[in-house]
Amino acid sequence: MSDTHSNTVSYVRDTMLDQQEPPVTERGVIKWLRENLFSGWLNSVLTIASLGVIWFIIIEIGPWLLNTVWNAESLRECRAILDGTSGACFAVIKDRWHQLLFGFYPPEHYWRPVLAMVLMLVALAPILFSEVPRKMLYFSVLFPFIGYHLLWGGSVWLPISVLLGFVVGYVAFRATAKLSSLVSVIAAVAGTFLWWVFLAGPFDAAMYSVAPIGLEYVRSDAFGGFLISIVIGVSGISLSLPFGILLALGRQSDMIFLKSVCVIFIEFIRGVPLITLLFTASLLLNYFLPPGTSFDLILRVIIMVTLFASAYMAEVIRGGLAALPKGQYEAADALGLDYWKAQRLIVMPQALKIAIPGIVNTFIGLFKDTTLVVFIGLLDPIGLSNAIRADTDWNGIYWELFIFIGALFFIFCFGMSRYSMYLERKLKTDHR
Amino acid sequence: MSEVAAAEMPVDRSIDTSKMQISDELAIQITGMNKWYGSFHVLRDINMTVYRGERIVICGPSGSGKSTLIRCINRLEEHQAGQIIVDGTELTGDLKNIDKVRSEVGMVFQHFNLFPHLTILENCTLAPIWVRKVPKREAEETAMHFLEKVKIPEQAHKYPGQLSGGQQQRVAIARSLCMKPRIMLFDEPTSALDPEMIKEVLDTMISLAEEGMTMLCVTHEMGFAQAVANRVIFMDQGQIVEQNEPKEFFNNPQSDRTKLFLSQILGH
Repeated sequence: MSDTHSNTVSYVRDTMLDQQEPPVTERGVIKWLRENLFSGWLNSVLTIASLGVIWFIIIEIGPWLLNTVWNAESLRECRAILDGTSGACFAVIKDRWHQLLFGFYPPEHYWRPVLAMVLMLVALAPILFSEVPRKMLYFSVLFPFIGYHLLWGGSVWLPISVLLGFVVGYVAFRATAKLSSLVSVIAAVAGTFLWWVFLAGPFDAAMYSVAPIGLEYVRSDAFGGFLISIVIGVSGISLSLPFGILLALGRQSDMIFLKSVCVIFIEFIRGVPLITLLFTASLLLNYFLPPGTSFDLILRVIIMVTLFASAYMAEVIRGGLAALPKGQYEAADALGLDYWKAQRLIVMPQALKIAIPGIVNTFIGLFKDTTLVVFIGLLDPIGLSNAIRADTDWNGIYWELFIFIGALFFIFCFGMSRYSMYLERKLKTDHR
Repeated sequence: MSEVAAAEMPVDRSIDTSKMQISDELAIQITGMNKWYGSFHVLRDINMTVYRGERIVICGPSGSGKSTLIRCINRLEEHQAGQIIVDGTELTGDLKNIDKVRSEVGMVFQHFNLFPHLTILENCTLAPIWVRKVPKREAEETAMHFLEKVKIPEQAHKYPGQLSGGQQQRVAIARSLCMKPRIMLFDEPTSALDPEMIKEVLDTMISLAEEGMTMLCVTHEMGFAQAVANRVIFMDQGQIVEQNEPKEFFNNPQSDRTKLFLSQILGH
């Protein structure tokens, strides 16, 4: 090699240079300021304008927030304490927080929604985080029944009876499993519904007459505040995902009737405002049900919210399915996986991963849409803020209530958003 | 003698032919098979018999139907007329038969089609666990055995996205082998690879042939065909134009279409 460079002048370095600091404009605070705030005249103007806006907001809101009255019985008393100065009156939250959280749930039973909330977090843990022992999923499966009994009370045999419906379905499935998978699925669904329609009620009544166990019954109209938002939101979220998956698969199916049913359902639900469905749930549904059947209003709203969200969910998941290369289906087929196994093991994990941002978007939208139930007379936090203002003590107070409600909603939605980002990062398996 | 140049040997070692034996047991039998895409007649009157232990290379210009043909063998594509019998099972609309054939027939794709959300090991154990109901421990042992065979056991806990193309294709081969297939189908396994990686994949395929696997391979690697194939099938316009043992096929092609193709693919 060396002879090819024989015409270059020979050079040998005798002193090595020490490492030196970069120039002052290229390090520390100055570098950061230059790069992030003043990297050009337009950006400098924008920086100064933003600082102005932030300053204005702080100047306007800061004193009002800092000068908060926490101890007062009414708005009048608040104003007397403030004595003409600008200040917030969060005393209303201190006075009425229990209503904003629980509505008119009997105060001596507050422990029930609180316990249900704690158990819900326990049930969610294994679903949200794979580090939690898998065995806890059994609890997650049972939680809806436990949660129902804690919140509404009544006969303990009712949720057990509903649960038994699934057992009946499973037995029917196993009994017919040898015939064909379609027959056994139909048998399972039919068994479950037959039990629910004909035997669940009598079973509950019979067992309750023998062993009257159960918490005190709380009527649905006592529910309110964030309790109602969370009950509707969490049920809607956890039910709309599986329904959305089934609808998306149905829409992709080759079976023309199944496909049409799914398409019509999705397009109909997406074409109708949620508020219409809620009015249908609260008013019209009663006309169609046999006389004498009372069908809980919260349950009806949960069904409608679920249907609404699952139509959106189906489209979001369809987007994920469309993004999956055809080769993935072919590889699954070529290995001999049947349709459901291929969906469960290969297609859905990837499609859902792609669809996470859209799914969580739908979840957040659903959770915030629960405030619409105020229009059909359920007292969600917004409804309660009206109720609180209707009291002469707090007539005329707006900001403090809405700030509190907004902050709580924000915490839930922000939590979901952060979780989705965590999940995306965790499931990222390409180019690491 | 024809003037066609000889293809280059794909490996630098001598090939052990001791186990490459062809039995008279039928592996695949295709009779009078036709297939249409809409009104386009892609496969026309295909008749073909494959005996156990055969190593068949299918070649031809693009669009000649060679990929479609081997994709019909595990029914990734449906044929509309004629009969395909794989390992004694006829392929019809019956889903049970299709799943049975698919679990006996391994397939390697041009674009690997590994499952990107699963590790290499999980890719290899998935089908044995869920289709063959093999216990997890045993499936993992088998998977490691085949990963060692394709010379990448150290990658077992990585994800496909972290591997090179050649490594991914070798994993895809190992994944198919984990189902202990009796027949392997290769659909242009080296077409998406760099020259260096082609060699490592061909090496893997040759060692598979050395063990006596029944193989059908759509490929343009004529060196591979000369080294291990016992039969070369040339297709054009959805038909089998010529088939012969490699030596005769390359040195003494009969039809003009074959001569033209060979001079294009091997000529300089």
